[in-house]
Amino acid sequence: MCMRIEDHIIIGKEDSGAETVEITVDGKPIPAKVGEPILAALLAKNIIINRYTVKNKEPRGLFCGIGQCTDCAMIVNGMANVRTCITPVEKGMVVNTQFGIGGEGNG
Amino acid sequence: MVERDIVVVGAGPAGLAAAIEAAKLGAKSVLVVDLNMKAGGQLFKQIHKFFGSSAHGSGVRGIDIGAQMLADAQKYGVEIWLNSAAVGIYGGKVVSIEKNTENKTPVLTNVVAKKIVIAVGASENVIRFKGWTKPGVMGAGAAQTMINVNRVRPGKRIVMLGSGNVGLIVSYQLMQAGCEVVALVEALPGVGGYGVHASKIKRAGVPIYTKHTIIEAKGGDRVEAVVIAEIDKNFAPIAGTEKTLEADTITLAAGLKPISDLVRLSEAELVFDGVLGGWIPKHDRNMETTASGIYVAGDATGVEEANTALEEGKLAGVAAAESLGLVSESEAGKLKGEIWYRLDGLRMGPFGEKRMKAKAAQIASFPGVGA
Repeated sequence: MCMRIEDHIIIGKEDSGAETVEITVDGKPIPAKVGEPILAALLAKNIIINRYTVKNKEPRGLFCGIGQCTDCAMIVNGMANVRTCITPVEKGMVVNTQFGIGGEGNG
Repeated sequence: MVERDIVVVGAGPAGLAAAIEAAKLGAKSVLVVDLNMKAGGQLFKQIHKFFGSSAHGSGVRGIDIGAQMLADAQKYGVEIWLNSAAVGIYGGKVVSIEKNTENKTPVLTNVVAKKIVIAVGASENVIRFKGWTKPGVMGAGAAQTMINVNRVRPGKRIVMLGSGNVGLIVSYQLMQAGCEVVALVEALPGVGGYGVHASKIKRAGVPIYTKHTIIEAKGGDRVEAVVIAEIDKNFAPIAGTEKTLEADTITLAAGLKPISDLVRLSEAELVFDGVLGGWIPKHDRNMETTASGIYVAGDATGVEEANTALEEGKLAGVAAAESLGLVSESEAGKLKGEIWYRLDGLRMGPFGEKRMKAKAAQIASFPGVGA
């Protein structure tokens, strides 16, 4: 099942005209639409873990979806703690699952 | 130094309405700041038609109301800064705004405002249970944002916790988005929201488990199953009543609470009100707080609905314009009277009336208003 909603009974077909580009997630390329939140592109591919916590190394994913809770933070283009639910996709972005606070060696 | 007649924090229905109203009445420079990528607040997630009379925009979908408000904002010259967070209010008139919050290089700008409107909305409440931090557990609002704005499903099989209007409407919207809603779980003995919404859920064959709660989200790195159980009158799970539902997503619709951080920073006084969802800024019938020149509107003043937020925003906009001397007292009085008439109309019925009483009591307790 594709997680994207191409045609919607109320809001119709997806017609944003956004360009589909490639981003790299943990070394693998996935398609994404320019301007959509990075998180949306990940969910579309059923990728739901964004980071692992510092102490107990537990997985975290989408929780608030509006940039408040920081559970969806990942390493984007080398920068740690980027909230993927409010960060728009740009062509060629490199996105990595974050471990802990994402410091030296991503730990 | 950056100066504006009015700075509005929050570009949802309340903030946009305040800005549009003030600009219509002649405010020259009205700035709205919002930390999101798009203006409109929750309106663009509300793909359903609104209730009320035609004066309240009934029969119109939230997304269409949002589009109209953005067009009006543009028409009346309202300036909007997106990806911008108001991080402080100093001396009752300087608003500190951090721009570029979308993880780019942030820039701090201090804006001196003659009047300030705080319309920052509300945040979702959380219910905790074993496994609640697992990926797949999220706010109902988060799920709604994904399906209706980002057009992507957060999961395939959903269990919704809460049967208030948010729980009911988002469940239905998840179905419209092609997700399977496995069940709704409600702690109270009856459905919380309007019967008309609950009927749609029941017609679709989705069970609503009242007097139940979620006791565990099972699974490894993501939700794989949800254990629910019946609860007694003290909300304690009853042993032996557990059921396991197969689902990959749990959405939490346990109410909202007004966001009060910025009000606290502004030094306006707050008061706790359970009916209105938590700590709210004290305000008078002009929506002005105890900090002179600082107004509030919308869910930040007590959790209600988009249409009440919109009317409160208009009130704040008219009152701010009046105190700037842009409109006469009699003209402002007439406009505010019309808005209050509509607000009172919206606050009828079993849900609205409780809030109307809470609002009235709050306003009556405002310094200088009460007996």
